[in-house]
Parts: sequence; structure tokens; C-alpha cells
Amino acid sequence: MDAPQSRTCQTPLYGWHVAHGAKMIDFAGWSMPVQYTSIIQEHEATRNSGGIADISHMGRLRFEGSGAAVFLAELLTRRVADMTLGQIRYSLVTNDSGGILDDVLVGYYHNAQGQPYYLVVVNACNRAKIVNWIRQHLPPERAEAPGQEVLFTDVTRLWAMLAIQGPRAIDLLQPLIDADLQSMKYYRGRQVRLLHPAASRQGGIVSRTGYTGEDGFELALGAQIAPAVWEVLIEMGGPLGIVPAGLGCRDTLRLEAGMPLYGHELCEKTHPFEAGLGFACHLAGYDFPGRDALREIAGQPLRRVRVGFQIDRRRPAREHCDVYHGDQKIGMTTSGTVSPTLKKPIAMGYVAPEFAAPGTELWIDVRGRKEPAHITDLPFYRRKNEKK
Amino acid sequence: MTGPAGSGRLSPASGSAAGRLWDCLPLSDGERNCEVTPEELLYRKTHEWVAVETDATGAKIATVGISAFALEALTDLVYIDLPEAGRKVNAGEPFGEVESVKAVSDLYSPVSGEIVEVNSALTDQLEGLSEDPYGQGWLVKIRISDEAALAELLDHAAYQKQCQEEMADE
Repeated sequence: MDAPQSRTCQTPLYGWHVAHGAKMIDFAGWSMPVQYTSIIQEHEATRNSGGIADISHMGRLRFEGSGAAVFLAELLTRRVADMTLGQIRYSLVTNDSGGILDDVLVGYYHNAQGQPYYLVVVNACNRAKIVNWIRQHLPPERAEAPGQEVLFTDVTRLWAMLAIQGPRAIDLLQPLIDADLQSMKYYRGRQVRLLHPAASRQGGIVSRTGYTGEDGFELALGAQIAPAVWEVLIEMGGPLGIVPAGLGCRDTLRLEAGMPLYGHELCEKTHPFEAGLGFACHLAGYDFPGRDALREIAGQPLRRVRVGFQIDRRRPAREHCDVYHGDQKIGMTTSGTVSPTLKKPIAMGYVAPEFAAPGTELWIDVRGRKEPAHITDLPFYRRKNEKK
Repeated sequence: MTGPAGSGRLSPASGSAAGRLWDCLPLSDGERNCEVTPEELLYRKTHEWVAVETDATGAKIATVGISAFALEALTDLVYIDLPEAGRKVNAGEPFGEVESVKAVSDLYSPVSGEIVEVNSALTDQLEGLSEDPYGQGWLVKIRISDEAALAELLDHAAYQKQCQEEMADE
């Protein structure tokens, strides 16, 4: 047999991307569009009107059964057992020493038959690792424990997922959905019916979540209807100024919004507190892997903290640039670009805590040349009317 | 250049946008928007173009730029770093860098010699690079000290073939 893992995965929208001239790249084993026109154009469209992105590569893991809530509470750093219907929480998965295995969203929904389930959305690059981690913690005797059953399904390939982001996202999505989106709060979601004939009367999950710093929604739907629904969104989005948006602008949008990206700001050697993600750790409740280690880490001074950098001149720093204060190496960058909104080079990274105050002046070694920079508050960009 | 230039996908095969960039419309009274035509240029495999002229002193001067193909593939240019005049460069070594939103690419010198002129206006006018790659978009002029490297450069037909292969490889 051919080794299937060596082949690049394609989302249900792969054909559309290629037919519409997208520049495709390999991302975490998936062939994904990095841009359709230009990253800056797609970035600005998302900020000003909206962008529609194919995020089907993200892992979607479903948990059902009367033992699901407790199982997830003992897997994730965040409280799960008290979640109400339609609630979504940002959480981490940590290893036994408190290092971050992944950052995830966990949502609690009812399906069309009223059956409750949890949906955990994981990073594409971590899906195999997290699925293995789950299997390791879910032996048959636990999964089949009478009265505490846990049915775990990786539904990544059965579903597609679209991010509809930007100030006009609600205007585009509302007519296609049988639920009132205006009253849907941030980090809430629900099972909906898709109203357009292209959706063949199927359902989906809409949530008010995103990774761009804009208002917007994410829509999970069946893989078979995804191409037709995508085309409807693109067609109806055009007059609103909403365009297809590739992974290129997804990265610049999240960086401006100060959001960490696994593999850059987060890795297995990062712990939640230095990453500024202590809010996602509930150390008093269920015993998840890494809880005891994190309790210990929480009582110690931080080694380093995640910060934003603004580079004073025009030459951008990328990831893995060393950061200096005088002659002393004090940290490293983990992401960097020229911000399309601010038109200035920005970066994220880690520095020793004593140098983390906004305004602190330092140098970044950009491929052998030191560029003056300073620490700045995160996020770099905050949309109007956004609550702090 | 290395990096994204080689892996980029251009818009439709014969490249309508690239075609536009390559057009040199004759303008009135020497107001030409292109100093050179792409067909007459030599190219490095890494997508730098070269025009060689002889100056009043008999020295050979190479004007160096980035091909329209590479610029089209890069998109979203945000920064260019060019050397100072007077610097000596060797063929095949980096003399500067150009950055898009996503990545940085080195610029490689197609010839050996001394940099005698730098188009420093580009630093504030990056759009000149993609709008007029063979005119306002020139990068540096190099007084050639050793002509040997010229023999390794591609002519227009050979370079076009390489670009077509890069597009097909995708």
C-alpha cells in the first residue's frame, strides 16, 4: 500500500482555490491557499468589509456520551463541566510538565436531535498529536465505563469549516442562517439550519469566534455541501466588499490582533503563564495532565513573558531573531511582519520579565544587523467599539 | 533571488499582468518608462536581470534589477535593502534583500565589480519596482571588473523557459 501520510491533504474547497488562481502552499500537511490576490489586499478587505477563509484544515474532534464532560475536564486546562449550551471556551492541552501541547476551542452544543456533544477545534499541525494524546487517555475501559461512556470521533474530514470575518460578516451570513446572529455573543455558538438551497437543508454550527481581531463567525458544515455554500458566500460577499482570504492574511491579521500561533509563540516548552494564557488554566478543579506542574510554576517568578515589539525603522524582524538590551541577550522573536494596518514592522516574542514594560528600548538582531525596537502593548490593533 | 520567487504561481499561463509590465510603450521626447526591453536583457537563474552598457571611459556597466516574473510571484513588497555605492560585490553573492509581507529574499549580484550607483529612491517608492521593473525599478549599477560571470547568465528565451518550468513544477 502507498503511504497515505506522505500525501498532502486537500480540503473540500481545494478545487475552487486552484480554479481561482490561489497560490497554494503546504501547511501542516494540507494544501492550502496562501493568497488569491495579494496578502495586503485580502488583509485590508477583512479589516474594512470582510474576508472568507477556508479553515477546514483545522482539526474537529467530537465528544459525546455521559462521560464526555468529565473526560474533557480531565484533559483540558479550562473548566468544561460547568459549560452551558452554546458556550465556547479557549483552552489549552498541556503535557505532564505543564508545557503547551495545543491551544484549542471547546464548544458545547446540541445536535438536531437534541443530543449534547462537545466540539474541540485543534490546530492542524497538532491534530495527530492530540488525537494520540486523547487515545492514550481514553482506554476502552474508560470509553466504555457503564454510565460514563465517552464516544470520541475525529470529524475533521467529514466537515468543512469557514471563517467569515470582518465588520460586514454578519450582513453576509445572517440571510443564510435560521438563527439571529445579532444577539449571539462573542464566544457563543449554536447548531443552525443553513437556509440556502445549496445547503440541501443541512445543518451546521455557527460560532461568534475568529482569529483576526474583527467581529465575525466561524461556520462548520458538512464536507459535501461546503463547495456550494462557499460559492454562495463568495457571490453574495462580492457586493459587500467581502473577498476570499488566504492563510497569508490570516497570519498578518492574527499577529496585529496579538493572538499567539502554535509553532511560533507556543510550543511544548512554553508554559501558559509566560505566554500570557494563565486565564485559560483552572488549577483548582479537575486533575488534568500538567495541573500539578502548573500549580508549582504558578508560584515561581516568570522566566520570560510574551510581548509585542515595534521596530523603529523599516526593516522587519521575522521569527527567531535574538533580542538585546545593550549587550545582553534578553529574548527572541517568534513572529514578525510589516503590519498592513500600521504600515510598520511588528513582531511578537519573549523577553525576560524585567524588560517587558511597554516603551522599553532594545535591539533586535535581524540577520546580522541590529534594528532598534521597543516593547509595545498587545494587541497592535484593536477594532473600533471592541471591549477591552 | 531565492525563496518565494521560485515557487510563486503567476496569473494565467502567458501572464496577462506580467505581459503588461513587459510592454514598453514609446512615450514622447525620451520620456520612456523603460530604459531597457526585457528581450535584450540577460538573467540570473535567481531572477535578477542585467543590462550591460559601455560608458564614456570604456568601462562596462551592468544595470541590475528584478524580473517582472519574480515580482509578480513575490507580491506584497514591503521593504528593500540596497547597498551603498562604492561597495565591491562578487558574482553570486548577495548585495541586498527584498521583503514581502511573508518572507525575505536575498538579491544576488549577477556580476563582479564595484557598485557605482544605487536607486535609493526605491526605498520610499517600492511600487516603482513592481510597476516598472525594467525602468524605474532598476536597483544598482555595477562597474564590471571581471566579465567571466556574464557567460553564465541566461538570455531572454532561456530565462522564459526556466520561468515556465517553475510554474509547471507547482
